[in-house]
Amino acid sequence: MFPFDYLRPQSVAEAVCAHDGEERRYLAGGQSLLAALKLRLAQPSALIDIARLPELAGIHAEAGRLVVGAAVPHAQLAARSTIPALAQLAGSIGDLQVRNMGTLGGALANADPASDHAAGVLGLGAEIRTDRRVIAAADFFLGMFETALEPGELIVSVSYPLPRRASYAKVRNPASGYPVVGVLVAETDDGIRVAVTGAASCPFRLTEFEMALAGDFSPAALEGLTVPVDDLSRDLHASAEYRAALIPVLARRALAQGGGE
Amino acid sequence: MRVAFTLNGREVEAEVEPNTLLVALLREGFGLTGTHVGCDTGQCGACTVHLDGRAVKSCLILAAQADGRSVLTIEGVAEGGTLHPLQAAFRDRHALQCGFCTPGMVMSGLDLVAHLDSPDEAAIRHGLDGNLCRCTGYRPIVEAIAQTIGEKG
Repeated sequence: MFPFDYLRPQSVAEAVCAHDGEERRYLAGGQSLLAALKLRLAQPSALIDIARLPELAGIHAEAGRLVVGAAVPHAQLAARSTIPALAQLAGSIGDLQVRNMGTLGGALANADPASDHAAGVLGLGAEIRTDRRVIAAADFFLGMFETALEPGELIVSVSYPLPRRASYAKVRNPASGYPVVGVLVAETDDGIRVAVTGAASCPFRLTEFEMALAGDFSPAALEGLTVPVDDLSRDLHASAEYRAALIPVLARRALAQGGGE
Repeated sequence: MRVAFTLNGREVEAEVEPNTLLVALLREGFGLTGTHVGCDTGQCGACTVHLDGRAVKSCLILAAQADGRSVLTIEGVAEGGTLHPLQAAFRDRHALQCGFCTPGMVMSGLDLVAHLDSPDEAAIRHGLDGNLCRCTGYRPIVEAIAQTIGEKG
């Protein structure tokens, strides 16, 4: 790793103040960031450790919502989320050690195209609350590893509306635990939502699937629906055609396992 | 920079660079070479230690991140000359061959023993996803962890 300074501020205000430009990076669990630094994919002048900020800790209920602190590790979310689909999603991330250290806010800010949490926030219609504003999940992801966060903007918490029922299904990459494709289906107060991660540079919703499920929230309702191959990723893990084939399969699997939740 | 933390129950201090990895401090600073470096990229789990009671990869953590916290390494698992029940189960079931992955397996296994309510094989295997064994020894490892979970009160 290139040399860098290490700072550990005591509050969100101090952290944001310490982040004086693009040369500095926030450090949460570091499970992606430290690996990137080892590969010299980034060269920050300083890391600002925000993992222990009290404002970023804890999981609590608000009226009709679950609010999760940005520094909550995946393992804690898996154990304590009152949304079963979110617990299931968090418990499927990476491996035990990554889940113990990696955080919700860190995963969202990193915006890996195969982030499980991307499907969670988009599929459940969450709000991402930062030190300065609230960003709807639909407006958050701009591209591969690219988000709507401004330089120095810090995610404080994520607020999930409680779904009536929801479920997540994925095909894991056997080496990394990242989803080759992951699909979250949810019936919410605002309607049906189907969100896909791992299949393109950004997570996306499938409106055609959502319309089909509006009258019948079951695997049978998706019979015959397909996904266009054009915009899907192709890499060493899977072809675009394979990802296109996986999406309806995983949507049906999620419906089958979570239909009665 | 100076870091101070609890290491195997003892208060310690060390002078480190901000980019010093925890595993480097443990091995080179404190001579605790039971924590192994297998891949150094966060894949193999040989460097697993506990940070505040949870299994983490010490090659993906800065020494600075351990400041003020509690670290347990394989050297701190046995009490005096008495093996931890999980270590005894590893020995009894021959849950190791070359032994390179074993400290990491034991540290992840201890996390599973502490946090799983029942010795469910699928849950144990899911929990060991971050630890690689190249002597194909998973089965007795899973059995040793299951036995220890079954025996806990």
